[in-house]
Amino acid sequence: MACFSAMAGFEGKRSMTRYSALSLLKNAFSHHEAWAPAWRKAEPRDSYDVVIIGGGGHGLATAYYLAKVHGITNVAVLERGPIGLGNTGRNTTIVRSNYLWDESAALYEKALSLWEGLSQDLNYNTMFSQRGVLNLAHNHGDVLEAQRRVHALRLNGIDSEYLSRDEVKAFCPIIDIRPDVRYPVWGGTLQRRGGSARHDAVAWGFARAASERGVDICERCEVQGIRREGGKVVGVETSKGYIKAGKVGIVTAGHSGVVAAMADIRLPVESHPLQALVSEPVKPIIDCVVMSNAVHVYVSQSDKGELVIGAGVDAYTSYAQRGSFHVIEHQMGALLELFPIFSRMRMLRQWGGIVDVTPDASPIIGKTPVDNLFINCGWGTGGFKATPGSGWVFAHTLATGQPHAINAPFALSRFETGKLIDEHGAAAVAH
Amino acid sequence: MLLITCPWCGPRDEIEFTCGGEAHRARPQDPAATDDAAFADFLFMRTNPKGLQRERWCHSQGCRRWFNLERSTITHEITRIYKMGEQPEASADATSPARQGGQP
Ligand SMILES: Cc1cc2nc3c(=O)[nH]c(=O)nc-3n(C[C@H](O)[C@H](O)[C@H](O)COP(=O)(O)OP(=O)(O)OC[C@H]3O[C@@H](n4cnc5c(N)ncnc54)[C@H](O)[C@@H]3O)c2cc1C
Ligand SMILES: [Zn+2]
Repeated sequence: MACFSAMAGFEGKRSMTRYSALSLLKNAFSHHEAWAPAWRKAEPRDSYDVVIIGGGGHGLATAYYLAKVHGITNVAVLERGPIGLGNTGRNTTIVRSNYLWDESAALYEKALSLWEGLSQDLNYNTMFSQRGVLNLAHNHGDVLEAQRRVHALRLNGIDSEYLSRDEVKAFCPIIDIRPDVRYPVWGGTLQRRGGSARHDAVAWGFARAASERGVDICERCEVQGIRREGGKVVGVETSKGYIKAGKVGIVTAGHSGVVAAMADIRLPVESHPLQALVSEPVKPIIDCVVMSNAVHVYVSQSDKGELVIGAGVDAYTSYAQRGSFHVIEHQMGALLELFPIFSRMRMLRQWGGIVDVTPDASPIIGKTPVDNLFINCGWGTGGFKATPGSGWVFAHTLATGQPHAINAPFALSRFETGKLIDEHGAAAVAH
Repeated sequence: MLLITCPWCGPRDEIEFTCGGEAHRARPQDPAATDDAAFADFLFMRTNPKGLQRERWCHSQGCRRWFNLERSTITHEITRIYKMGEQPEASADATSPARQGGQP
């Protein structure tokens, strides 16, 4: 497919409308029916310097930073469906950087620092809200672990506080702290800079900003094969024809194993269903994010008023984007354990995503055994928070051919050397 | 929700079972003579197919015995159940186009 069809009135790098109070006002006069599309719908060209497989937040962020930081704009993002409908559009949007190990702290803190300026940088409101993330401790072991984590984080310069039981109650008054429940609250850790963001806006904002810099975002373009010559990648076979590529990055989350297998690469990854649900909208009742390892639930409230509630993965692997009902049942039990006030709330809808889980619960970001083929996967249940940081380090890796110091420890080769970054349990809870 | 037929106890609800992951992975016979790549492959790498997969399950809340089953990771349909030590011949191709699709 050689043709390059651009949307009417907008081509190449011509600048888009900057969003501002003024543009909002101007468009109000035309009843908001004259807004220009946020990104250009591109058809793939014959060849690119860099092809990114997967139009989730991570793939789109990678394209954006390739263009912005490294000046590489001959880039395509190939997405088999519409962008942002994978895990990016299905997650519970918790953002935090309170990970135990130094390697993880550096990676997630890089992301958090980018989040803090992201809406300005993208000129797109990602609705990033630093409302504080509270991780509860329910027994003596939890308390010791929580305090250890607070100290480790502070040594890494990351904000973190330990809260007593009463301080937890003061910070989030609707939590039940009675001592006679099955999992009483003993205390918790708080990262005030943590919070949540609007998932769709993250995908759309990165898409718009990347598109503006010349990146082609090709939707409904499925990668079906990876062509190699002499141990080196040369292009990809897609549902829209063959596309030559200097370098290729795989950023397909739950489908990482499927795409890597196209280049005969085996991954230490299993794809599991992860479910979430939202309640009917209610007035503001919880103004922070609460997570609990012991009862295994996490909850926040969206700006629309819905409670956003997530739980753990199903034990079996799946590509079906749905899980088993008993997981939801357990999740609701856990919610009511902490918040009896929600007992008569009705749930509105429930869904699942396919998360790519690694043995050490840390991502894989770097080279593959095939030259010029790179991979960014294994974010499992907790990669939304990393979206800007993941794109930033992966763009560096694609541009220079070498990992950045921040993602060097996250190489695929760690499963051979044994230098795992074990964040199971160490990272507060799963998300 | 899966309905799983334990080879000893019959059909039972999924919550009585524990999933032990991909089946038929053999630990290298002589670990000392196995190089890091081969051992990493055994320990960590998974086939993770989109299609039929053979898995180990344990009836942990029942007879507590292990067995194998074959299940579609796309539809969750269980296509066969067999005892430990058995290796039935291959099923309909796990990756045939007919078995794929169904996702946005
Ligand atoms: C229910 C749920 C709750 C979660 N909660 C949180 C949370 O609170 N906080 C947090 O930090 N993380 C959370 N996560 C994890 C987070 O959503 C993911 O780690 C992150 O969004 C992954 O982003 P991505 O861009 O890599 O993947 P995705 O958004 O899944 O993007 C991958 C894209 O690749 C495309 N693709 C696949 N195969 C092909 C192909 N062959 N050709 C072309 N394109 C292809 C897919 O269509 C998809 O759009 C949650 C996940 C789920 C499912
Ligand atoms: Zn049994």
